[in-house]
Order: sequence, then structure tokens, then C-alpha cells
Amino acid sequence: MQREVSAWRAALLSLVILALFLGGWELALQGAGQGGGPALDPEYAALLGQAAATGGQTPMPKPSEIGRRLFQLLSDPFYIRGPNDQGIGIQIAWSLGRVLLGFGIAALVAIPLGFVIGMSPLLNAALNPFIQVLRPVSPLAWMPLALFTIQDSSISAVFVIFICSIWPMLLNTAFGVSAVRREWLNVARTLEAGTWRTAFRVILPAAAPTILTGMRISIGIAWLVIVAAEMLVGGTGIGYWVWNQWNNLSIADICIAILMIGLVGLALDRLLGLAARAVAWNE
Amino acid sequence: MPEGSLPKEKTVVTRPYVQVEGIARRYGPTTVFENVWFGVNRGEFVCLVGHSGCGKTTILNILAGLDAPSEGVVLADGREIAGPSLQHAVIFQGHALVPWMTAEQNVAFALGSKHRDWPRHRLAEAARAALAKVGLEGAAGRKPSELSGGMKQRVGIARAFAITPKMMLMDEPFSALDALTRGALQEEVSRLVTEAGQTAFMITHDVDEAILLSDRILLMTNGPRARVAEVVVNTLPKPRVRATLHHQPGYHALRDHIMDFLITRSRTLAGAPPDGYDPRRPPEVII
Ligand SMILES: Nc1ncnc2c1ncn2[C@@H]1O[C@H](COP(=O)(O)OP(=O)(O)OP(=O)(O)O)[C@@H](O)[C@H]1O
Ligand SMILES: [Mg+2]
Repeated sequence: MQREVSAWRAALLSLVILALFLGGWELALQGAGQGGGPALDPEYAALLGQAAATGGQTPMPKPSEIGRRLFQLLSDPFYIRGPNDQGIGIQIAWSLGRVLLGFGIAALVAIPLGFVIGMSPLLNAALNPFIQVLRPVSPLAWMPLALFTIQDSSISAVFVIFICSIWPMLLNTAFGVSAVRREWLNVARTLEAGTWRTAFRVILPAAAPTILTGMRISIGIAWLVIVAAEMLVGGTGIGYWVWNQWNNLSIADICIAILMIGLVGLALDRLLGLAARAVAWNE
Repeated sequence: MPEGSLPKEKTVVTRPYVQVEGIARRYGPTTVFENVWFGVNRGEFVCLVGHSGCGKTTILNILAGLDAPSEGVVLADGREIAGPSLQHAVIFQGHALVPWMTAEQNVAFALGSKHRDWPRHRLAEAARAALAKVGLEGAAGRKPSELSGGMKQRVGIARAFAITPKMMLMDEPFSALDALTRGALQEEVSRLVTEAGQTAFMITHDVDEAILLSDRILLMTNGPRARVAEVVVNTLPKPRVRATLHHQPGYHALRDHIMDFLITRSRTLAGAPPDGYDPRRPPEVII
């Protein structure tokens, strides 16, 4: 049994936890001071590249420094100064664009295909082995193949998003469609409703909550994968930006990127949550 | 009791609206029922009574065109039933309303299937009129989840009657309702069927319901290999009213006969039919 919790008290507790976390972080670094870090492992120093070579010891930034940097980045998020220097807003927009494009194409393929699979037990059985083998493959494993065949890094990233977001939507649509109550289908049949009328007025609304659950899972995965994909293909996007800031050893920027990725992911999930609520039905 | 001695009043042979001719349902080696023959006349109300599992729902689904027999045919209006038809409406046991549509939309969906060319507002108007006939004008905008069980079943009834079918098929439509609601809905269905002059076929476990509504009652033996053991003709005068039904002369004899069948004879008659049993003409019983 879950008891009703007042939203105010929960929010207050969240704020206290956040304050304790940030305060502890700030204080811990206050004591450590500058240059007191552990000696660098030579191999690790080699990995760090130029920053380590110049002898620069980049300390972990304090929350207050991250906050200042965040303010700086957000005060001008959409600037473009050449290909390698673009605002964080632009980078996020790139990533979002790729995710929405890949996800959108995946939805256009997965939902109709899932519909057909859900309606036809034969097709379901025939396609199942392919789906079962392809689904567990890490989307990044497709990257070399995509780069080789498509020969364009940006489209390859979109393809990787497509391939990773298609499975949950496909499986959920097929399941939702095949699980539509027999009695509702019988109602449509006794009314001679016809294939299209039955598909759009009965099966689609009946399966819509399941389909949207699939879409919600898909967009979550797509947003996870885009960061890694952009680290690989480079050029633009929040993933590339993280990688770039790592090369610059701007730890504060990386922390900010993590925060931003989290917030955008949350927003995407909430958006689909709203859509799910719009099509939900209960008996 | 005078079995099989229906006086031949009408010599004109009118073909029944529905003719069930030797249907059977088999699952592999097991036979649920076989050699089932009966007819339902135009404007007649026929009830099918029998124990759980003897194949009543299967028979109704075959009449509705939702299912096909393993053997035999069913004719409606002289033509073989090949699939579901708007002429044969079904009132389902579990109301079968779609939960994302309001009561009005559920009825309008049925109407829209029959009248493809009607504009939206006309469908909505007709749907509200159909709901008003079952006393639900105030609940048109509510989703099934916001309706009581009796109201949901009423919407199902309104939906079935809205498309003005020739025959009404009902599979234990009121079994999930309390006695009071059930009584009200029985009277509603009886009135609507009579008004429209419809043929009706109903499955029920409720003997009083069968006596209240039907002209004839088909009694089925237990499965496997169930069959129509006899056809009881209900001679109680119409209109019948639930409140006074049990005071009518002949009511108790009729009820006892059916109860006896359900309690003992459905079991003892199961299996091989008795000598002289003609599956094409199950004995008619008048009490
Ligand atoms: N797929 C199947 N395989 C084997 N037997 C089946 C199958 N489907 C149904 N049956 C059998 O068919 C019989 C008839 O089922 P049906 O639903 O028509 O019974 P019913 O008379 O309507 O029962 P109830 O009064 O409980 O609704 C049942 O005994 C059931 O076990
Ligand atoms: Mg049944």
C-alpha cells in the first residue's frame, strides 16, 4: 500500500537533498585546494593528451563554478562561431533533430508493420526470428555498417537512432494489436464495420496505450544512444560536444552536458507521457 | 404430459426465418454437440436453455455468423449464413462496449456502420434517440467506465436495436445483473422486440426469464454430444408481466417441467438418444 504523499513535502525534501549534495561537493573541494590531486598514472596522462602534456592539473570543478559556467553557456546558447564552436543550445538542437528524425521514420515503419504483424499470426511467426535476433544487437554495432554503406556520418547517426528505436515500437504495436479483445472485434464484425473502419475505430484506439508505451521506451533509448553515436561520428550534437569538452578537459562543461541531457530526456519522456494519457482508456 | 402432440392448426407450411440443419461442433475427437436441428419463426422469441459447456454460445455465434459449424448449415431467410450481418444484431453477455467511446459514440459507431452516408450530426442525433428509448438520454456523454453495469447493458441493448435488425441474438444478456435491474431490462427488451416485430433468440440460465420472454424454449442435454432434447411451447398468454407471472395458471407446471429437465433429465438424457428420437424433429411439449 502506498500512502498519499503531499507534493510540497516531497519537493521540500528533494531540495534539501540537492542542497546537501551540492554543499557537500562544494565543501569537499574547498578543503582539497589546488594541485593536491593524486599523482597521474603515466598511461592515463598519455590518454589525457595535450592537457596533461602541458602539465595542467585540472581539478574537479566546484558546483559554484559549474553554476557560473552554466549561466555563461545559457546566456548565449545559440551562437555559431565556426564548425567547432557552437552554443550548447545549437548542439542540443542537432541531437534532438537526429533523434526526432530517426525516431519518426522508425515510427512510420514500426507502427504499420507492427499492425500487420499483430493481425497476422502467420507473419508474426515468420518475422519473429528476425526480430528476436536483431533486437538485442547494440545499436552502435550497426555504426560501421551504416558509415560504410551510407558514407555520411550525420545520416549514419540518424540510421542508428532509427534502428534502436524501431524494436520497442514494433513489438509493442504487434502485441497491442494482437491483444485486442475478441469481443470488440466481434462487435465490429457483427456490425459489418469493414477492415479500415475496424482498424482505425476499434483496433488502433484499443492498442494505442500499448503502442505509446513502446514509443516512450523507444524515445528513451534513442536519447541514450544519440550521445554515444555522436561521440563516434563527431561534428555536431551534444554527444560530440561532451567529447570535445573532454578533450579540452572542461569538466564543468561535461557536468553541464550531463545535466542538459538528463533534462531533455526528461522532457521527451514527459511529452510522450502526456500523449499516452490522451489516448488512455479505462474500463 | 402429452409429448409430441402439437395440434396441427396451421396447414400452410411457412418457412421459419432461421433454419438450423444438422449442425455439429467437434474439437478433434470430442464432439460438443451434433445433429442439432431447429427453426425460429419470424417474429418468434426462442430461448435456449442448457447446462454450462453444452455449446449454447457456440450455437449463438454460429447464428450470428461469428463462428462456423463443423457440420451442417444454418439458413436465414432461406440463405446460408456465411458471416456476420447487420440483419442479425448481437447483445453480448459482457456488454462489449468499447471503453474509449462514450455511450453515444458506441451507438453512433453501430449506426455509422449501417448508414455509411449519414453525416456525423445525424448519427449523433439517432444515437441519442436510441439511448432515450432505453431511458439513458442523460448518460449519452459518459464513457462506459462511468456507467453502472445495468446502464452499460442498456447501452448495448440500444446499440443492437439502433440498427433495426431482423433478428436479435442474445447470449445471457442479463446474467451479470442484480435481480431488480434484470427485471427492468427484460421488460425493456421484450417491449422493443415486440414493437419492432423482431425475431429473437436468447440463451439464458434463468428459467423465469425464459418463461417471461419466450414463445418456445429449447432444452439441451449436457455435453459432450449434446442435442436438443425437447422443445417446450410456452402457452402462457401475452403480454406477460414479471410481477404477476407466477400467478398465471400453468406457470408452475411449466417452471417445474424445465427445472426437472435441468436438474435430472439433462443428465439422464445425455449421451445416446432414446428410441424414436428424431433429431430433425425434437419432441414438442405443451404443458
Ligand atoms: N478450442 C476448444 N477446444 C476444445 N474444446 C472447446 C474449445 N472451445 C470450446 N470448447 C468446448 O466447447 C464447449 C461449448 O462451449 P460454449 O461456450 O458454447 O458453452 P456454453 O454452453 O455457452 O457454456 P456456458 O453456459 O458456460 O456459457 C465447452 O464444453 C468447451 O469446453
Ligand atoms: Mg456461453
